[in-house]
This record gives sequence, C-alpha cells and structure tokens, in this order.
Amino acid sequence: MTPAPSPEALQAPLVVEFPFTRSLGPVQSAFLTGLRERTVLGVRTTDGRVLMPPVEYDPVTADELSDLVEVAPIGTVTTWAWNPSPRRGQPLPTPFAWVLVRLDGADTALLHALDAPGPDAVRTGMRVRIRWAGERVGAITDIACFEPYDGAGGGRAVPHTGEFTDPVDGIVAPARLDYTYAPGRAQSRYLKALAGRTTYGERCPSCRKVYVPPRGACPTCGVATDEQVEVGPRGTVTTFCIVNIKARNLDIEVPYVYAHIALDGADLALHARIGDIPYDEVRMGLRVEPVWSEDGRYPDHYRPTGEPDADYDTYKELL
Amino acid sequence: MREVAIVAFGQSDHRRDTAEISEVEMLMPVLHQVLDAVGLRAGEIDFTCSGSCDYLAGRAFSFTMTLDGVGAWPPISESHVEMDGAWALYEAWTRLLTGEAETALVYSYGKSSPGDLREVLTRQLDPYYVAPLWPDSVSLAALQAQALLDAEDTGADERALAGVAARSRTAAEGNPHAQLTGSPPPEALLEDPYVVRPLRRHDCPPVGDGAAAVVLAAGDTARRLCRRPAWIRGIDHRTEAHSLGVRDLTRSPSTRLAAERAGAFEAPVDLAELHAPFTSQELILRRELRLGEGVRVNPSGGALAANPLMAAGLIRLGEAAAAIHRGAADRALAHATSGPCLQQNLVAVLEGDDT
Amino acid sequence: MTKEPVAVVGIGQTKHTAARRDVSIAGLVREAAVRALDDAQLGWADIDAVVIGKAPDFFEGVMMPELYLADALGAVGKPMLRVHTAGSVGGSTALVASGLIAARVHRTVLTLAFEKQSESNAMWGLSLPIPFQQPLLAGAGGFFAPHVRAYMRRTGAPSGIGALVAYKDRRNALRNPYAHLHEHDLTLERVRSSPMLWDPIRYSETCPSSDGACAMVLTDRAGADRAPYPPAWMHGGAMRSEPTLFAGKDFVSPRAGRDCAADVYRQAGITDPRREIDAVEMYVPFSWYEPMWLENLGFADEGAGWKLTESGVTEIDGELPVNPSGGVLSTNPIGASGMLRFAEAALQVRGRAGEHQVDGARKALGHAYGGGSQFFSMWVVADTPPES
Repeated sequence: MTPAPSPEALQAPLVVEFPFTRSLGPVQSAFLTGLRERTVLGVRTTDGRVLMPPVEYDPVTADELSDLVEVAPIGTVTTWAWNPSPRRGQPLPTPFAWVLVRLDGADTALLHALDAPGPDAVRTGMRVRIRWAGERVGAITDIACFEPYDGAGGGRAVPHTGEFTDPVDGIVAPARLDYTYAPGRAQSRYLKALAGRTTYGERCPSCRKVYVPPRGACPTCGVATDEQVEVGPRGTVTTFCIVNIKARNLDIEVPYVYAHIALDGADLALHARIGDIPYDEVRMGLRVEPVWSEDGRYPDHYRPTGEPDADYDTYKELL
Repeated sequence: MREVAIVAFGQSDHRRDTAEISEVEMLMPVLHQVLDAVGLRAGEIDFTCSGSCDYLAGRAFSFTMTLDGVGAWPPISESHVEMDGAWALYEAWTRLLTGEAETALVYSYGKSSPGDLREVLTRQLDPYYVAPLWPDSVSLAALQAQALLDAEDTGADERALAGVAARSRTAAEGNPHAQLTGSPPPEALLEDPYVVRPLRRHDCPPVGDGAAAVVLAAGDTARRLCRRPAWIRGIDHRTEAHSLGVRDLTRSPSTRLAAERAGAFEAPVDLAELHAPFTSQELILRRELRLGEGVRVNPSGGALAANPLMAAGLIRLGEAAAAIHRGAADRALAHATSGPCLQQNLVAVLEGDDT
Repeated sequence: MTKEPVAVVGIGQTKHTAARRDVSIAGLVREAAVRALDDAQLGWADIDAVVIGKAPDFFEGVMMPELYLADALGAVGKPMLRVHTAGSVGGSTALVASGLIAARVHRTVLTLAFEKQSESNAMWGLSLPIPFQQPLLAGAGGFFAPHVRAYMRRTGAPSGIGALVAYKDRRNALRNPYAHLHEHDLTLERVRSSPMLWDPIRYSETCPSSDGACAMVLTDRAGADRAPYPPAWMHGGAMRSEPTLFAGKDFVSPRAGRDCAADVYRQAGITDPRREIDAVEMYVPFSWYEPMWLENLGFADEGAGWKLTESGVTEIDGELPVNPSGGVLSTNPIGASGMLRFAEAALQVRGRAGEHQVDGARKALGHAYGGGSQFFSMWVVADTPPES
C-alpha cells in the first residue's frame, strides 16, 4: 500500500466574469431613461408615499406600482459612511462617503456616493444634490455621485408620464469576480502525479473501490480515501457520443468522439476524447491508451491500443 | 406539536484560509463528529439538509461535491437550501414535525477565502439600482451603524460598539474553534483607524472558512441519543424589504416578529447566541429581542469571533444547544441572519429538561 | 401522528420564451405568482410563507436573488425559504412548501421557481473555467448522450425511438399556450433529419433554453374547502439523492430515481403505477430519457420502456400519456422546469389543463431530476383527498 502523501496544495486564479443583459420592465425603464435625461422619477404607492428610487412592487403592500412622479435632484442625507479606500467598480476613485439620500418630494432614500473633501464635511441631515455623469446611457451610474449643496429646496413630487423618446429597456451589467481556486489535498496529489504522466487513483478504506480522479472522499462511504493506487495507462471505452457541434472555446475539429473510459484498475470511468481512429469506427469496448501533448496537464486524447475489444460483461458495471 | 430537539453539534476550527483542503475535506470530519456523537451512520439518518452558496466558491452546483462527504449510498432523502444552514435546520425541523422522519442531519459550510468577500456580497444586492455601484458589505453595515449612532432613542456610541467587540473576543478565548480571540479594552480599540467610518476593524467580523453540523431527533429518539436534548420550543423566521432606503436601519422588525412567533417572550432566556456580524447589529438585535443585562450574550464569541458565511447562523443554534446539552443553560435563544443589514432573521428558543 | 393533507389550489406560469425582454427578473416571477393567486382567488395577505427555488445563481448573476425578490413576492414580514437542488429544484421547492403545510406550520404557502436564462448564457454558467480541470469537452448534450448510447446497448432499442418522443412532445406543446416551442410545421421526418449534434442525440431531440416561472398556491384542508376550483390533492411526495459520480453508479437507471418512485407510490398506495396513474409529467431534457425514465419509474420492465413509446402508449390519447404539456423538450427555464412538471400534473387532475387535458385524469405523477442524474423529486396528486 502506498499511503497518500500530503503535498503542498495547488492554487490558481479563477475569474468569473460575464456581461449580464438585464431587461428592465416599465418602471425601471422609465427611471433609468429619466436619469439619462436628467429627470429623477419616483413612484407613488396606493397610500400616497413616494418611493425613490421607484420600485416595481410596494415593499409594504406588495401592490404593483406604476404611478410615476418626478422628484427633485436635491435631497437630505439620512445616513452616511466614510469610505477611505474605494474599491473596484465603486462610483468614485478617491475617498468618498456612501450615503442614503432622501430626495425632496420622496419618502424613501437612494443609495449612492457623496463627493466630499473628508469625513468632517459629512453629516446626517446635510443637503446634497445630484452630480450628473458627463455621458449618460440610462443606468444608475448616470448619477456620477452627490455633492454638497446649500441652495433652495426642491419642493413636492409632481406627476410624470414616464414617457421619453427612445427609452432604454435593458442594461448590460458587467460583473467580474476574482477567486483563488484550490482543489484540496486529494486532487492536488492526483494533479501532481499527472504532471509526471502517472495516473493515481485512491482506494476507499471501507469499500475498497478505486476512484479516479480522487475527490477526497469515497462518495458512497463518506470517508477519506487515503491509499494511492496507480491505474491505467490503458483502459476501455465504456460508452461515448460523437460530437458534431463545436463547443465554445474549444479548438477541436468536429466530428470527434467524446468517450467514457474505464482505466485498468479504476472503478469509475473518466471522460476524454478519442483520436487516431475514424470517428465512426469507435465502439463500446475499444481498448485505448493516452496520448500526451508537450505541455498538457491531461492527456490530449486517447488512441486505440490495437488489443482486441473488451467483452461487454467486463465493463457493463462501469457504464 | 411534535417534540424535536438538537441532539448533537459539531464544527470545524474556523480559519482565514483553508486552501490546503477542499470543501468536502473541510466538512467531512464535522459530519463524522456529530454522527459519532449519536452513534448513527449517515444511512440511518432519515433526512439530510444542507446550506451553502455557489457564489462563495465561484462554482455552480458546488454543493453536489460536498455530498460526497455524507456517503449518500444507498440513496438518501436529502435537500439543500442556498441559505445559511440555520434555514436548512428549519426545513429539517418541519420534516420531523410531519412524522416522516425521526432523525435529521443538517450541515452547512462556507469558504470565504477563495474570493474577495466584500466584493462577492455586492452581487446579493438589487441588480438594477445597487449592484452596479459595487457597495461592499462593510460599507453597508457602516451606513446602518451610523444610523444607529445618529438615532436618539438608542444611546449607542462608538464606545458601546467597542464594548461589544471586546466582550465577544474575550469570551471567545474559551472557544477552541474561534478564529479571532482576545481583545484590548474598549478604550484602546477606539484608537484604531476606521475601516469604513464609523466601523473600525474590531467592529467587523473576521473573514474565514468553516463548517458546522447538527443532528435533530424527535421525542423519545432524542432522549435515547442525547442525555439532555435541546428541545426546539419555537422557531420562526421573517424577511424585510430588500432596499436599505425603505427600511429603518436602526430596527429589525423581522427579528422582533420571529421572536414573538417562536415564543421568545413567553419566559426569560438565560443565554442568547446572536448572529450579529457587526458590533452595531448586536445592539439592534438586543433591543428587538428585549435581552436584559442578566442574559449571557454570545459566550462563544459569536460572529465577531468566527463568521464562516452560510454556517455562522447554524453555529448559533449549535452553540445554544451545546450549552443546554452540558447543563450551562436551561432556556436559550438562538438567532441567525442573512442578507444586507439584517434583511432576513431567524429566531429559535431551545430548552433543556429539568435535571 | 397524522399529517395535514396538502392541496394545490392555485397554479400560474408565464408564457415561456427564449428571452422575456419586457420584464425584470421580479416582473417575471411576479407574473407567475399573480396567476397562481388569481387561480386560487387569493390575495397577498392570504399567503403565510413563500418558498422559492431556482438553479445556480450564476445564471442570472444575482447571488441569493430571493433577497431582492422578497418585495415582488409579498414576502416582507413573512418567512421565505430558498431551495437549490440542481435540476430537480422546482420539484424539491414544491415539496419543501408542502412540508410546511403537512407539518401544520403554515396554512397557505406560495411556492415558485424560475429561471431567466437570457440574462446570461446557461453554458457559461455551467462551464466556468475552473483551474486544473479539463474543459467540458462536449457541451450539455455530450454529458447525456453517452448514457443514451448505454441505454440503447443495454435494451436493444431501435435508433428511431428518440425521434418519436420529440415529435410527440412538440406536438403536445401546440396544445399548451404557455409552452416555449410551438413548431407548427414539425413532422416526424424533420425530427429524424435534424442535425445530429451529439450522436445519438439530434437537434430536435434536445430541450430549448427558456425564460420562465411557475408558481403554485398550496393549502390545507380548510383552504381547499374555500377554493373556487377543484384542488389537486397530494398523495405522496419524496426526494432522493445519490452521489454525483461513484463506482457502480447506474446512469441509465439511477437507484435514487427507483427508490424515490417506490416511496411516492407507497405513500399514495399505488401498487401498479402503469395501471393506476393516468398522466405523467416527467423531466425529459433529451428525448431518450422518456423510455429510460419509464423503466426507472416502474411503468415498464427493465429494457421495455422503449416499447411503450414505440407503441404509442405515451401519446396524449394513449393508455399512459407522458408530458401532455409538451414537457421539458418544449419548455426549459431550468430552475422552473421541475415545478412545471409538478404543476402540470396537478392541472391534469384538477381538469384545468385546457387543450392538453388528458380525458379522465384522476391521478398523476410529477417528476424532476438534476445534477448528474442524482437528485430526484416526485409527487403524486389526485382529484380526491388522501384517505387519512
């Protein structure tokens, strides 16, 4: 038995990034289009409150709301927090205050940034006004931020149709999150061995099954796998499909065969591409071996060994 | 209503970074710990429910891989919530009430270390009006804290916040699983710079990784599995509006309502485990829960000592139950929260039988 | 101790489509919820709790979106639970909601599931570039196609069976105004000659990607007495899970599915499902899963599922209609697909399925599955209350 070593765990960056396309619905469309036109809309509830920013559904009654009103671009800070080190994506690159601002004519508050020289210049109750972004597209960022203001008040909310020419009905919301992925002990052991073109499975101390790749636990027994077992390199195609459409970000000519391969000595099939044989000649039971590329972490593909096909009964439990 | 109790609780050591182990490698020893405590194998448990979140891991369906640690073979009756494990416990509790199950395994885990937690949590916010501004979780809590400091009816000041921090982390010295223990006195804490004013580093929870599990059992099964079961006398949870601008951030009506429904005010409690990641939130919760000076609050150190997201709420239930198990409490309150600035809250009342 | 009987008194769904560009995420779920409330003739104040489900949050890029959706779903001041059990989630969500009533914790619960896939791209969400792992070599269908081949090898099923299923379900969808795909010109020949994507699976044998939501109002006996339309009564509900990948896993007929079916039949007192169940809504994302699940769910002997399909038994006017709504092959808002199966089963026994009503349906099965064929949830509903 080869007890599993405890190598240094692998780590690598994982970037999760997508430009989400968000449709808005009528109320949000009117609000964001209004911002583009420097018009600030709220929505009036059935009991007469003015919610700003305008929401589609009343948080108190759950009523659907559509009675739009225009409110002032001027308001009062209801609470604040001084942010000395702005982070990626936040409204201002220099230290600023996060604020909740109740605009004149509204009964609820909007979250945004306040540009102020320092925390001593900010207090609850201070008067502020919207500083508009130079280029406006119909998004919450059309408000660049708030700024201190000591002019006249904005008065009451007045009805608004919510109609604008060329309304925005959607936004694109890019979102990027940076993670550090760490696959853990068992997978690190497996990946390190794979770098030397050796495939290690791990045996469950309870049911004695050999898992490739090992995932740290025997999934049927719920105990750690701790004994390394070299498996393969040869194996048997248990089942497969022929892929006729190009997968995203994959530079493989179609058609190709995507197969489940039970490596000799493993109790579970892994998945890989079959090459060096016409795609329509691949069959269940085909005996295969890995073909490594120069720099690949995994075999580039598997190819026929030339051995006779395995008998169905020898691998049907691995299907 | 059927009697249901927490009969075992276990948790990992909570640490800033556990990159050397996968989620299942972190969770599995905790599962073994609680199952060993009641002498059951996973296959002998009637219902299993877990809580976790894909966004912490940065991977879709991340929970499917941690199921490996349970040993779900033969197949088990199992469910998962994309919520803190406290709500997984709630789901399991209802399952026991129906009589369909005698025992349940509840677990949850969270690794905050792979991502930038303050940034990740911005994805939890209104995707149209708020998330595009990327307001981080500490800044939102700071807005709430400032509202509390401004409010005339609370009497809260920065010294009071520091007092919560010092008390919690001093208490955590007795908790071998805590991530952050020990504290200078409150006056010394006030000399530190702000992270996001008015919050200083001591006002914020540690960011870290951890897992927790409990076993629930009904009636006589609970009595058989545990010397002094922690009976769930009431449990309820409530939600508030999402947007901070429509809420009174100094109050937590959902906590108050959940506590009423859970029967928390029917008799005094002697211990409370509150899931208050920020010091200011403990003050808010104390008021809503009407906790007097005589109540021991967060003897474990609470979320200020260890706040593994998705598990920290379940840990409050577990810590309160463990205090009853060992006779250190007779009637305890446990609280869990989720969402920005205490948007969603759960309250449970646990009792031990007279000894 | 007895459970409170659970009744379905309200059902609502959106018109499913590739992209609902006229509504926000809240607007989408709201539409289904309001239709369910209207069906039950109830208002927001009548709802005690909300149980919501969806598949991975990355699909819409909103972490725990139920927090943002609380206002739209009238959940402020109420309990709200969020379920996620991969593709089976719509079914599991309904079962969690039913548990609240069966346990007498609440009397009337709104349950809802959704996916707004047009906010991103499902294949992106399913294939995030995890370091050290081999990139997904074959796309979504590539995961399932090898198992279909294994089924064909094991049973000797002729290669044309899948096309029969796809043709049937797409024709059924023409009777369902909410279905995503309405392919009026489809012929069996066109299905058979559609491009072979993941041999043995053709294009017309795969599910679409949809925006959609489904909602149900569940209530207790007293609530059912007040309902304006006939309720569907829950006679059994169960979830079963097995590990994602393990030695000895049977991907063609997973044991978790067999065990789950056996459990709901036991609860419902069903001994001969083929004879006793009048309509089935099963989760068939690729055509061949119909014969596979027919065996897994005990409607056919092992190896004989394809014969039921081939002989027309599963047609809407057959002895055992399967997916009269058009099924997942015609509509697939991933997180909602399971609840749609549960809701369509309930519509059948309520006699409210409209053009796709199965004559005389009194007992129906709703089925959902997900993950690596590892998570299963099912319920049996009937037109009369269960005997207590």
